[in-house]
Formats: sequence, structure tokens, C-alpha cells
Amino acid sequence: MADDTRWLPKLLVFSVRALVGAAPRWIGSAPSATQRIYFANHSSHIDTVALWSALPDEVRARTRPVAAADYWQKDAARRYIVTKGLNAVFIDRGRAQPDVDPLQPLADALARGDSLILFPEGTRRTESLPGPFKSGLFHLAQRFPDVELVPVYLENLHRCLPKGTLFPVPLICTVRFGAALGRIGDESREAFLERARSAVVALA
Amino acid sequence: MSAHDKFLWLMGGIGVLLATASLVGWILARRISSESARAVIDNLNARVRAWWIMVAVFAFAFLVGRAATLVLFALVSFFALREFLSLTPTRSGDHRAMSVAFFILIPAQYALIGTGWYGLFSILIPVYAFLLLPTLSALAEDTEHFLERTAKIQWGVMVTIYCISHVPALLMLDIPGYAGQNALLLFYMLLVVQISDVLQYVFGKLFGRTKIAPVVSPSKTVEGFVGGAFGATLIGAALWWITPFTWLQAAGMAFIAVLMGFLGGLVLSAVKRSLGAKDWGSMIKGHGGMMDRMDSVSFAAPVFFHLTRYFFTV
Repeated sequence: MADDTRWLPKLLVFSVRALVGAAPRWIGSAPSATQRIYFANHSSHIDTVALWSALPDEVRARTRPVAAADYWQKDAARRYIVTKGLNAVFIDRGRAQPDVDPLQPLADALARGDSLILFPEGTRRTESLPGPFKSGLFHLAQRFPDVELVPVYLENLHRCLPKGTLFPVPLICTVRFGAALGRIGDESREAFLERARSAVVALA
Repeated sequence: MSAHDKFLWLMGGIGVLLATASLVGWILARRISSESARAVIDNLNARVRAWWIMVAVFAFAFLVGRAATLVLFALVSFFALREFLSLTPTRSGDHRAMSVAFFILIPAQYALIGTGWYGLFSILIPVYAFLLLPTLSALAEDTEHFLERTAKIQWGVMVTIYCISHVPALLMLDIPGYAGQNALLLFYMLLVVQISDVLQYVFGKLFGRTKIAPVVSPSKTVEGFVGGAFGATLIGAALWWITPFTWLQAAGMAFIAVLMGFLGGLVLSAVKRSLGAKDWGSMIKGHGGMMDRMDSVSFAAPVFFHLTRYFFTV
């Protein structure tokens, strides 16, 4: 990230902290520079920055949120915030190019040693508890067996900026980090995704 | 003595008081051995440290001036309302009403104090917000627990914005012979109410036996209340020289502020418990949240304000 744009991430983190607190609660794991995929429930646009703000500075510098290309590349302003502010990795949800693996940019980032923030539901929900997970997390887990998979529950954020609203309501939100998901050999995709989802729900 | 000199004397006095408290806390921390006593002393020391910071923030705002004081109390309302609504179950249909409370009602209420428009200041929330907020929620077409949700939002807005805004509203009052000194009266009221809280805590810890309302607030005792109320009233009377009151009037005003503060602590404890929480939040170390510190002030301020306005202004 170029030095002249360092103010934007700082501003994003400051605003989200001032508005909703976003205090971390390390319940099952400790903050660490270990390479990780943080996966969480998704209910508002603040989610990404809230989770990102809850990480210690040095961990945040190497953690990249995953953003939907179709939504966040729609106009210049969104693209600017997400690339310059969050150093996001884009994922092509709609598979605009069918023969390209949509997970490739994520795999590239992991191969470089970065950690990722992923919302495996693929979209925002109106409820606080997560819906069924899409399979991306499963495939990444298979390709990178040494990366820790840390479940995260974002509390109260569905009340702050629900889907379809323009102005946030500043309520106190907490970001709960659970214990890294254990790896089980030969686990089916469905069983793995359900186990991952339950790990997030267990933190609620 | 000029208002500025009085302010310096007051700050000096508070400084000595806090320094003593810090010293006592330091000595106690070195002499304590048991585990349970350790927790009490650690909490005491955390509270004293938080007091240093709170006094410094208030003193700074008063020195900068009226606008800074208004901004400071607007922030107090903001954090208090944030704590209140975070603990209150609302539904997505309340989103617009809550946005309005945070981003329109708070600035408007404090701006009205800034412009000195007393009439609208006193009815903005009890009349206009009372009618507007439920309308916004009703337009969202969600009738589930509608009355409960509306009532809770209105109550939160009344306590955290309307009641607390009566502290800096003292700056609006035109008290004969007291021009330019209203900030001292504001400081006086806060000091009396907070010292009463501290003394009730200290007397309660030392002599507390008879619980007043064990279900609502197990730490409130008759001995703590009597000792704290008496001590704070005495201090209030002794500080008559920074107020527009005679020493006897100061004793009366201090006593009423103390009594209302006690009732505020009691009622907000009941509210907190009905919402299933022990503390309102965690932003002030050792004390809990903003509302844990402002609960007594929110009840004392409107009554103190109106008594002063009725009896001491033209």
C-alpha cells in the first residue's frame, strides 16, 4: 500500500471505533500474527471494518478483507475505499468468467502469507445468526491446511446498519473471536461447512 | 473574588482531595493481603484514576468556554444513549427513530441551549420527539412489541438527552448578581451529586448494614445514604461562596440534588436490571459505563435547574 494513502485506513478504523466501539473479545484464541482466515457472520457494511479494527495494528497490516467484486467495484468511490482503505481482495461472486477460478485471488493472497477476512454466507443477512455457508471456505481450507481457521461473531452489527439503510445507528458492538477450527481428515464439504457455521453460532 | 479565582480555589481543593484519595489507595494497596480485599482496593484505585481524568476533562472544557462545555455534554448524552439503546431490544423498524435520536435530537437539544431558546429546549423532546419517534417506527409497519419498543426508546431519549442536557442548561440562566459565573454553578451541582455518590459508597462500605432496596441495588444502605447525604449537604453548604445562594440556601439545594441523585441511582439500577445487565458499559474504568456515572446526575439536574430558575432568576 502506498504511503500517501495511509490516512484512509486510519480514518476508517477511527470512525468505526468512535461509532460502534468494535471492542475485541478473544474468547477461544489470542491475537497473533499467525496466518489465519477469520470467518464471520455478515449483516452490515460496517462488519468488515469492525472486524478489521478489532485486530491489533501489526496483525491488521497483514490481514486483507475479501470483498465482492460485483458490488464494491461498481463505482470509483467504492473501489477507492475498498482498495486503498482496506487493501481488499476481490472475489467474483457471479463468476463473470466461467473458466476462471473465483477463489484464485484469495489463494494468491494466502500464498503470499497474508491473512484473510471472509464472510462465507456470501451476502448480508437481516438476522444476527448466520445462514448456510458457501463452499469457498472449504476449498481454501483444503488448499491451505496450515492456515488457522478462526470463527468470529459480530454482535449487534445487524442493528447498526441493516441491509437497505443509509444512516448507521451507533450501538456498542463487540467482535468475538473463537477457537481455531480443528482439522478433520476426509470430512465432507457439508459437514465441514456446518461445523464452521456452528462455531460462529456458538459465540453468539 | 472573581469567578476565575473561585474556579482556581475549587480546582485546588479537588486536586488535594484526589491526591489524598490516591495516596490512601496506594497505602491500602501495599498493606492488603486477602484476595477479596484486593479486588475492592483495585476497584477503588481504578475509580480514583478515572476521577482524575474526568475532572481534567471537565476543567478543560470549562476553561475553553461555553461551546466546549456544550460539546462535552452532547458527547456525554451520545455515549449514554448508545449504552442505553445497546442494552435495549429494538427491531429493525426502529432504525430510523434511533438515527434521529442520535444525529438530530442530540445536536438540536444542545444547540437550543447554545442559542438560549429556553421554550423550545424544554419541549423539544417531551412534545415533538414524543410524537415524532413513534411515527417513524409506525411507518416501518412492524407492530411486534410496538408499544414496548417505542416506550423504551422514548425513555432512553428522555433520560440520556433531555435530563442530562439540564446540566449545561444552567449556563442559560440569568441570575442577578451572578453574571458570568454560571459555569461555577454547573460545577457545583456536579460536584455535590458526585461527592454524595462517593460518600454513600464509602459510608456504605464502612458501616452499611440495613439494605434499602436489596433487589434493585444491593449496595444501597440506610447507613451509606444517611452518611453520604449528610456529608455532601455539608460540603454543598460550605461551598456557598461559589454559588448565587446563601449558605442555608446552598445546604437546601445541595440536599435536594443529593436526594434526587439517590433516586436516580435507584431507578436506573432497576432499569438496568430489567434489561439484564450489571453495568451500563465499560468505558470508564472501575465505574462501569457512562450511565453508571450519570445516573444520579440525570435525576438531579432537571430539578436543580428548575428550582434555581424559579427562585433565583428574574
